[in-house]
Amino acid sequence: MKKELRAYFFSPVAYFVIAVFLLATGAWFFKDFFYFKQAEMRNFFRTLPLLFTLVIPVITMRLFAEEKQSGSIEIVLTMPVRTIDIILGKFFAALIFVALMLVPTLVYLATVIYVGSPDAGPVIGGYLGALLLGGAIASIGIFASSLSKNPIVAVITAWGIGISLWIVDWLVIFLPSKLSFIQYIGTDYHFQNISKGLIDSRDIIYFLSVMILFMLITVKIIDERR
Amino acid sequence: MINVENITKYYGDFRAVNDISFAIRDGEITGLLGPNGAGKTTTLRMLTCFLKQNEGVITVGGVKTDEDPLKVKKMIGYLPESAPIYPDMLVYDYLKYISDLRGIEKLNRIEEMGELCGITDVMHKSVHELSKGYKQRVGLAHAMIHDPEILILDEPTSGLDPNQIIEIRNLIKELGKRKTVILSTHILPEVEATCDRVIIINRGSIVADDRTENLQVSGDQKSVISLKLSGGDYSSLEESLKGLSGISGVERQDEDNITGVRITGDGTRDLRPEIYGIIKNSDWVIYEMQQEQESLENIFRELTVGGDYE
Repeated sequence: MKKELRAYFFSPVAYFVIAVFLLATGAWFFKDFFYFKQAEMRNFFRTLPLLFTLVIPVITMRLFAEEKQSGSIEIVLTMPVRTIDIILGKFFAALIFVALMLVPTLVYLATVIYVGSPDAGPVIGGYLGALLLGGAIASIGIFASSLSKNPIVAVITAWGIGISLWIVDWLVIFLPSKLSFIQYIGTDYHFQNISKGLIDSRDIIYFLSVMILFMLITVKIIDERR
Repeated sequence: MINVENITKYYGDFRAVNDISFAIRDGEITGLLGPNGAGKTTTLRMLTCFLKQNEGVITVGGVKTDEDPLKVKKMIGYLPESAPIYPDMLVYDYLKYISDLRGIEKLNRIEEMGELCGITDVMHKSVHELSKGYKQRVGLAHAMIHDPEILILDEPTSGLDPNQIIEIRNLIKELGKRKTVILSTHILPEVEATCDRVIIINRGSIVADDRTENLQVSGDQKSVISLKLSGGDYSSLEESLKGLSGISGVERQDEDNITGVRITGDGTRDLRPEIYGIIKNSDWVIYEMQQEQESLENIFRELTVGGDYE
């Protein structure tokens, strides 16, 4: 556990480059805030899945690709740390970044509370769902990053997977009802459930499964590449 | 300490390392010598568990690399080629990161490394600001920070200027007194200067494995003596020289106004006293007489003909 925290420890330094990007994202958040003059965060949370799907892969794309490109992966992999610890370290770094990205939105939340009295349920659900969704997409991004030396390949792969999972929700309309179970693969579906304030274990399991699945695949990939 | 048995490694279809075996002894500095592309880096990467071999067994300190890689990694300090250290970090932060990863509690260990490797002055700098020489030293520091029994250095002096090269070599020799060191290089003088034993690799196979002194002697057993003189008559000198037994060649190599003579003997005995005798009894003024050592370079070239892939 300590070692995986150490592996994560390095990440903030590398993310200095990303800080500029975060400012841009923050601006995106804020431009919408004052448009919807309702005492609820509903609309914000509605757009979150797509936003995360587009933004998070950019944060994660360098995580492995850059190490492979610079050769520093050779130092990391010859340290007495398990592969899974290395991956978890990067994962938590990404997750904390997602959390930091959400911090500015608390300002909006404060405004909403001041203006009206929103239900606590959806708000808590929304943020919880955001973290779970963020974690899931981060794990996809990390997997994509491990596939190539080129961060561009990583980000496009992550986008491909992420958008496919997101779009599923919309495609369900076109599918015969027998295939409607596909809906359960969709990130949007599960996120909307949670953000309504209903904490259903199925949704939580979905997100956790995605995270575990992609991280295990990444371990495999890193180990097989030897 | 380290046993490599019948190791083969493929990169796809390409066989980089072909059934090699060798043993590294405790406390020795071993040089892995070979042309570019011979398989040195691949071999080192298998020792450090960065790569897995396709066939064969590697045992480090009694532990097999495929059974318990974590334990092996703890025993080894590794400096990969071109020291790929995170450029955005400060030197101190980087060393702190590595010592955390290795579970080292004491903070003064970083200072010790700083003094040992001469990087105390740059601790506060970002890695990307450092010159190659300093980066290499930081790399050495990170490899040494957990005081490993085994140090594996891949081309530790590549890209360094002559002063830096000498410093690193001295450092390696110092360390070699207490530790087992393996270094890879294609620079022959480096091996002659630092290593107790040499393993020569060519095209994935081992072509020589012996103590450095033994290899130096084992060449063609020729001896070469070069003379620089002036003032006399060359043809009569040549005749007298050729008259000595054990001479296989006499060559003239003039430089400016000085007559140069290169005498090749068959190594059966030291010809120098007799050569001097000849010159004493003539009009020649002698400026220099030098006997060349059979160098590793000739042996290397003989053994690795056609080995360079680049």
